[in-house]
Amino acid sequence: MTLMIGIPRETAAGEKRVATVPEVVEKLIKLGFKVAVESGAGDAANCSDDSYRAAGAEIIVGAPKLWAASDIVFKVCVPTAEEVGLLREGGHLIGFIWPAQNPELMQQLAAKKATVLAIDCLPRMLSRAQKMDALTSQAGVAGYRAVIEAANAFGRFFNGQITAAGKVPPAKVFIAGAGVAGLAAIGTAAGLGAIVRANDTRAEVADQVKSLGGEFVKVDYEEEGSGGGGYAKVMSEGFQQAQREMYAKQAKEADIIITTALIPGKPAPKLITAEMVKSMKPGSVIVDMAAERGGNCELTEPGQAVVKHGVTIVGYTDLNSRLAKQSSTLYGTNLFRLTEELCKTKDGTINVNMEDDAIRGLTVIKDGVVTWPAPAPKLPAAAAKPAAAKPVAAPAAHGHGGGAPMSGGKTAVLFGTAALLFLLVGAYAPAAFLGHFTVFVLACFVGYMVVWNVTPALHTPLMSVTNAISSIIAIGALVQIAPPLGDGLSRPDGWIRGLAVVGIALTTVNMFGGFAVTKRMLSMFRK
Amino acid sequence: MSASLATVSYIGATILFILSLGGLSNPESSRRGNLYGIIGMTIAVLATVFGPRVTMAGIPWIIGAMAVGGSVGIYAARVVQMTQMPELVALMHSLVGLAAALVGFANYIDPVAGMQLSNAEKAIHEIEIYIGILIGAVTFSGSLIAFGKLSGKIGGKPLLLPARHWLNLLGLLVVLIFGWQFLHAETVNAGMIGLSVMTVIALLFGIHMVMAIGGADMPVVVSMLNSYSGWAAAATGFMLNNDLLIVTGALVGSSGAILSYIMCRAMNRNFISVIAGGFGTGGGKAPAASGGEQPAGEVVAVSAVETAELLREAKNVIIVPGYGMAVAQAQHTVYEITQLLREKGVNVRFGIHPVAGRMPGHMNVLLAEAKVPYDIVMEMDELNGDFPDTDVAMVIGANDIVNPAAQEDPNSPIAGMPVLEVWKAKTSIVMKRSMASGYAGVDNPLFYKENNRMLFGDAKNMLEEVFVALKG
Repeated sequence: MTLMIGIPRETAAGEKRVATVPEVVEKLIKLGFKVAVESGAGDAANCSDDSYRAAGAEIIVGAPKLWAASDIVFKVCVPTAEEVGLLREGGHLIGFIWPAQNPELMQQLAAKKATVLAIDCLPRMLSRAQKMDALTSQAGVAGYRAVIEAANAFGRFFNGQITAAGKVPPAKVFIAGAGVAGLAAIGTAAGLGAIVRANDTRAEVADQVKSLGGEFVKVDYEEEGSGGGGYAKVMSEGFQQAQREMYAKQAKEADIIITTALIPGKPAPKLITAEMVKSMKPGSVIVDMAAERGGNCELTEPGQAVVKHGVTIVGYTDLNSRLAKQSSTLYGTNLFRLTEELCKTKDGTINVNMEDDAIRGLTVIKDGVVTWPAPAPKLPAAAAKPAAAKPVAAPAAHGHGGGAPMSGGKTAVLFGTAALLFLLVGAYAPAAFLGHFTVFVLACFVGYMVVWNVTPALHTPLMSVTNAISSIIAIGALVQIAPPLGDGLSRPDGWIRGLAVVGIALTTVNMFGGFAVTKRMLSMFRK
Repeated sequence: MSASLATVSYIGATILFILSLGGLSNPESSRRGNLYGIIGMTIAVLATVFGPRVTMAGIPWIIGAMAVGGSVGIYAARVVQMTQMPELVALMHSLVGLAAALVGFANYIDPVAGMQLSNAEKAIHEIEIYIGILIGAVTFSGSLIAFGKLSGKIGGKPLLLPARHWLNLLGLLVVLIFGWQFLHAETVNAGMIGLSVMTVIALLFGIHMVMAIGGADMPVVVSMLNSYSGWAAAATGFMLNNDLLIVTGALVGSSGAILSYIMCRAMNRNFISVIAGGFGTGGGKAPAASGGEQPAGEVVAVSAVETAELLREAKNVIIVPGYGMAVAQAQHTVYEITQLLREKGVNVRFGIHPVAGRMPGHMNVLLAEAKVPYDIVMEMDELNGDFPDTDVAMVIGANDIVNPAAQEDPNSPIAGMPVLEVWKAKTSIVMKRSMASGYAGVDNPLFYKENNRMLFGDAKNMLEEVFVALKG
């Protein structure tokens, strides 16, 4: 049975996102589903009804009809009571739910015998869950937009410039909180050419900050700030004191402050006091991304951009809707990845497999039974902290006999052995042999010197040419064929000649073949 | 031609051979290097044929043998596919080995050769014969098996006989005992017994040695046999009191030895453990020990079209080819894609691991055949630092040489092996037929990395699809 996925228009005020975009619709249909979109659902995100239709979706006018037709509903915002009323008995709903904050909604949905997957309940620690992580994708968009809003409100360039009219210093941006949104903001601001500093209570993000072109500012206080699950936790009083001092200092220096600090289930921490705002330069900008949860700045007015003490404080709560197309595309892709997990058979049906850690975490209501909160996923303990594996030192570069010179001891042993060997040879071997031995040792040495200079790209031709050269053995066979015999000497001519002729034939195969194939190969190497 | 003139010609040939190897230091001078080699060989052969050691009676025989051998050689060189180079080289090594053994036998039954020698000299001469034949025989049979393995006529799996090290030791003992018997033999016929037994054991040893070595260790084996063929020539030179042979043999021998060393270092393995055969058995750490560190995460597959998109949007691309590219004969398609991307201004480079493929420099030759300019084909050390700035790293039919476990997991059987750090690129795409692990039997955590994508299928077909998608 092919299930119908329904995409209603988002009803929340100011919400411009939509739960899927035409490109994703195509992929859903490939998975075997049918897709219905409420007329006008994507208008605010630049996705027209026609584009959905072209992608293979059915357009249904009016929310009630759409909800009635859908087996699975994809939503962005938390559904309203009205929308829950429209949900089909025993239907499926996927979207943001925030079960902790919305207990009533949970009851209503349970009463509907619905199965609800809350994208906000995704166990983010599972690496395979990352492709479905809508919180991350949305936060990334918001972080980008926050910088753009700041640039909009800021009266100067971000990058330093030296123009004919004089020198422009680069803007100094301070970013509080280096979560996904913070990191996106760091990358965007650094990309615009600003000097970016960032701070986070979790010291382990310092490297990520640096990798995006930011500078990590440490709080001068020792405390571990990781609260499990990749979130931050509330810090001790002593730490907060030190942190306040650091923020006060940054506020004086920075032109732009972007705050992203959130602690799960708690109001946003007040990082920027009114005093600090006063100390900022006139024309500075604060973008408070935590405005929805009360704001990181004392003077933030959620949903508004206000100017206080000469500082513009942007408290927009709809940063994602301000980049609706991008947010919708990423969100739609997250939901598509989730659908893939639900529909491994690719036949347009879903299986809410409660054995699967990711799906278990997402599912907050299953057939009317509240299953939230999910037990902590069984994680391999080792995975949380990768064993402090020091990169094994790789041997050094190509060169004469390898990288570092041999240790003194090794060299001594080598020379000692060689000396002993030479002593033995000198003591017992006849003079004629010694002459050849000298030649042999010197030739080995010459070979060693010459071959180390061969570029690795030509190792195959080196082998074929040495191969050809080693057919010099032919000389050994040549001199055996018909040497001038002294008087009265005889030898088993037939045998020797037979062996020698075969030997010559074999080595000439090598001689001609080796040189020819080397020539062929070398002629292929070109610039 | 007088004896002195012949000797001087030999010196000239020696110098030309050294120049020939020296020329290979870069592709520009390498062609001239090959020419030097040819001239040197011609001088050496002519000086011998017209020298004091060959009478006119031998000329027809020589011309006949050389005509036969020469035409076979040139024919083989013309028809060989570049992907078959390792086989051809192995086969040629076996010829050198066989020739060395034959010359040794002929020398032994020739009463003239050892006539004017004193006792000590005679003993040395016979040791030289014995050793020369020994090396020749091992080279011959070992190379034949290597040829069989490389051409797929014999399975690539290492054949591990029980107590194989004891067998080898026993063989060595027998060789020593018969060597003693051979030295004290009164007549040529008596000596032949020791010589024959030794030859048989040497042949068996050569077979056994190479049979125990698996497919991906072949670069070491091929270069080792290359080295042996050189030592065989040097031993023959001692036997015949011929300095040219000694010098040339030593050149070839040390060249092969250095190549083996480079290959071993590139695998972070000990030469002895490679030759002892098998994998992981030499170091005493079984691959199973790493069982606890199964890579976690999920494999993300992509289509050829998505791959093309990734490539199109990239500025820096590094392609890492492996044996899989040679098997699928995909180098020409790789070149077409490279050319297309370069026309679009994408910086495409190739990263070659020293042991990629089945013989040293195998990948370079394949890419050169496909007309990839050699200045964008880099060694591992040259571009390993560039991966963080690379948008797409495309791995074609390689596995162990891009395995991050070599750096991250100290318990991995391949820990410490230098690898190409493709996972540091923004996106890596691995082209593979299946999820099977590589030669070392180690699971590859790269496949599970977040920024890695898998493109499953035959490398050539997939690349053609990518090419079509790129053009469209």
